[in-house]
Amino acid sequence: MSVIYLLISVSIFVAICFFIAFIVAVKSGQYDDDYTPSVRMLFDDETKITSKNNISPTEEKQV
Amino acid sequence: MNEQGCFHCGLTIDKNEEINFDEKKFCCNGCKTVYEIFSINDLTCYYDFEKSPGATPQDIQGKYDFLDNEAILSKVLEFQEGNTAIASLNIPHIHCSSCIWILENLNRLQSGISISQVNFPEKRVRITYNSDVVSLKTIVYLLSSIGYEPYISLENYETGKSNIDRTLTYKLGVAFFCFGNIMLLSFPEYFEIKEFWLDNYKPFFRALIFVLSLPSFLYSASGYYVSAYKSIKAKMLNIDIPIALGIIVMFIRSTFDMIMDYGPGFFDSLTGLVFFMLLGKMFQIKTYSFLSFERDFKSYFPIAVTRINQDISEESVPIYDILKGNRLLIRNQELIPVDGILISEKAEIDYSFVTGEEVPITKKSGDKIFAGGKQIGKIIEMEVLHSVSQSYLTQLWSNEIFQKNVDQKHKTITDVISRYFTPILLLIAFAGFGYWIFIDANIAFNVFTAVLIVACPCALALTAPFTFGNILRILGKRKFYLKNALVIEQLAKVDTIVFDKTGTITTNKKANITYEGDLISEENNVLIKNVLRASNHPLSRMLYDFLPETKKIKTDDFQEITGKGIQAIIQNKQIQIGSAEFVRNSVSDTSEIEKTSLHIKIDNVYYGRFVFKNQYREGLQELFLELSKTYQIKVLSGDNDGERENLEAILPKNTELIFNQKPEQKLDFIKKLQEKGQNVMMVGDGLNDAGALAQSNVGISISENVNVFSPACDAILDAGEFSRLDYFLKLSHKSISIIKMSFTLSLLYNVVGLSFAVTGNLLPLVAAIIMPLSTITIVSFVTFMSNYFSNSNLK
Repeated sequence: MSVIYLLISVSIFVAICFFIAFIVAVKSGQYDDDYTPSVRMLFDDETKITSKNNISPTEEKQV
Repeated sequence: MNEQGCFHCGLTIDKNEEINFDEKKFCCNGCKTVYEIFSINDLTCYYDFEKSPGATPQDIQGKYDFLDNEAILSKVLEFQEGNTAIASLNIPHIHCSSCIWILENLNRLQSGISISQVNFPEKRVRITYNSDVVSLKTIVYLLSSIGYEPYISLENYETGKSNIDRTLTYKLGVAFFCFGNIMLLSFPEYFEIKEFWLDNYKPFFRALIFVLSLPSFLYSASGYYVSAYKSIKAKMLNIDIPIALGIIVMFIRSTFDMIMDYGPGFFDSLTGLVFFMLLGKMFQIKTYSFLSFERDFKSYFPIAVTRINQDISEESVPIYDILKGNRLLIRNQELIPVDGILISEKAEIDYSFVTGEEVPITKKSGDKIFAGGKQIGKIIEMEVLHSVSQSYLTQLWSNEIFQKNVDQKHKTITDVISRYFTPILLLIAFAGFGYWIFIDANIAFNVFTAVLIVACPCALALTAPFTFGNILRILGKRKFYLKNALVIEQLAKVDTIVFDKTGTITTNKKANITYEGDLISEENNVLIKNVLRASNHPLSRMLYDFLPETKKIKTDDFQEITGKGIQAIIQNKQIQIGSAEFVRNSVSDTSEIEKTSLHIKIDNVYYGRFVFKNQYREGLQELFLELSKTYQIKVLSGDNDGERENLEAILPKNTELIFNQKPEQKLDFIKKLQEKGQNVMMVGDGLNDAGALAQSNVGISISENVNVFSPACDAILDAGEFSRLDYFLKLSHKSISIIKMSFTLSLLYNVVGLSFAVTGNLLPLVAAIIMPLSTITIVSFVTFMSNYFSNSNLK
């Protein structure tokens, strides 16, 4: 029965971990700009294609 | 797809000037160069994200020389240590995903740049670079050469690193964490089944709940205690007093219950309440980070200006260091930072920042020129008369209205309600206590605390934030940007509306042009239009747009004489267009000076003139007619009363028109109205309205392009939406009625809750149901109502 102590403690611990992750994220400014990253994540691949294979990726229209 | 558009910037290409390069069409050399830069560096991806995303690079020769000055540079930079430097630049042109892409790939265009990161909502790029390899000046020139000219103003000079306040986010995070976990842990208690193992672990669960409630009670809710304490000290009863009281009583009672093993306490409701109220606060804050409502002249003025020393050497100096008697050099498109006397022969000064009037004013050598004007054309020299802070325009900011922080000018509607709510609540609590004390002292304490708990005006406190938050978003979608939610309430209280004339009720985009004089043949009209095409003077542009579309003919020997006019030879005819003085060789009539006009002479024969009149914004007449039913309307103008007759014909009869108003006079005018007890809304645009905007109860600034400039104000209205002002005002009235309806609803909940409380039957479970239920219904009610009203036709 005392497993309940363990389970509850684990659940609270996990919750606290996520809570700390949230605080860290806010502190590092991730919540200050919620638009640009959503656009930025679509870029990376295209840059690689142009620089490595040197083909113009005109078909790959994004956004 | 527009086949005609420039591949880079999308503007229509003039057939004569079309440039073909790499099978693409460009409108000018600048655009072609940008394309070239990108294609050499393998960055043509830029054109794939968005069609024609670019801007034509502007000529900025010498404009950023001040970045060579170490003292100025260190003020502009956000961070500098060793050879690492970080600059955060504001780039107004950022508007699409291509912009983000190219700006984040700056390191491929310029060595020395390590990271560049775009903040799209704020239109900023943060560049980390190696100051040994590259200078900020080079970066700024690079940015300008690809069409992303940064905007560096005096404002950058003073503000250090801006600290973003993230307290509310933290508080909300803590509150949610506590609320969620406590809810989970109190779940077994809700069923109250006398099972052996539940009973067995009760103390453990309860202790955990207690510990979890502490951060929420002590940290997340701390803002309410502070605010309640402040309002008691100021002898004002605001809504935070019953809230703070409710929270504290709830906590004490719950702790007591738990220790004495009377029950599980109200920790779940307590943390839920804190969480929902903080959520409401968060929702109410809607910031338009690309707009600034706090601008003063500093955001318009340059950081530095070129000074000519005694030994004729030129030097960039911060404008605060300019002294009386200095000689300054003002380049094309540069702002004049101080009052002075023109030394150069002629200058064309555009005061559109100040007055909203876009047509430049011509000044001659020896004339006084005022700070805030923008030089158009050749480089001019001037001698300084006053330092920056003592100039005609900037003096306005020494007025006390700009000094004090006026955020609590009025009582909010919630405060008004709570003035009655708090005493009544305390009365009920004591009455309940007094009644029960004779029957059972234990129940009496229970009732007393239960009343305070259940009456905690959570729903009441949530009504205004959610209604205003929603209205704020609705207005924002319709291009009416408010500084904060309080402005809505103030809008609803307005009874007098004061309009500025130039730039506010008139538009710079178009002018009303009439022709006076001998008839010009069709053929000659074609020639005039072609001559005008080459000129960049605002009047020429307006007349060009006014004349009918024609075929294009090449002009020869084109000359533009600053402050006078243009002349050209076209199809062997000599054409002169310009001021009376220039075309007719006569000193212009003083009686005619009120009218802005362009005179026409062809082959030395004088034909006549085009007269420019202010073009009033579309829908102005209807808007004023509608507004005059409910509001007093006044029009203030800095100009002479040349337009009086015209205005009187358009505007409703009881409109008061006042002309020749200086910036300070405008401010005083508003002040006098307020002293008479009127709630004044000022609608203006230029810097000369800044004082009046600050003094008024609600200052609205009209902006042709919301991304660019507007003086400090409470709200920014996109010029295209001007005719809907009436609708916005009505919506603000509606939002107040929504709040009143919702107050009634939440008071009903309180009555139900109180009936439980007074009879001594408030179980934690009942509290845990009533509290979220009331919150959810109130929030959905106000959201639904405000959306309904904004969509329904308010006429």
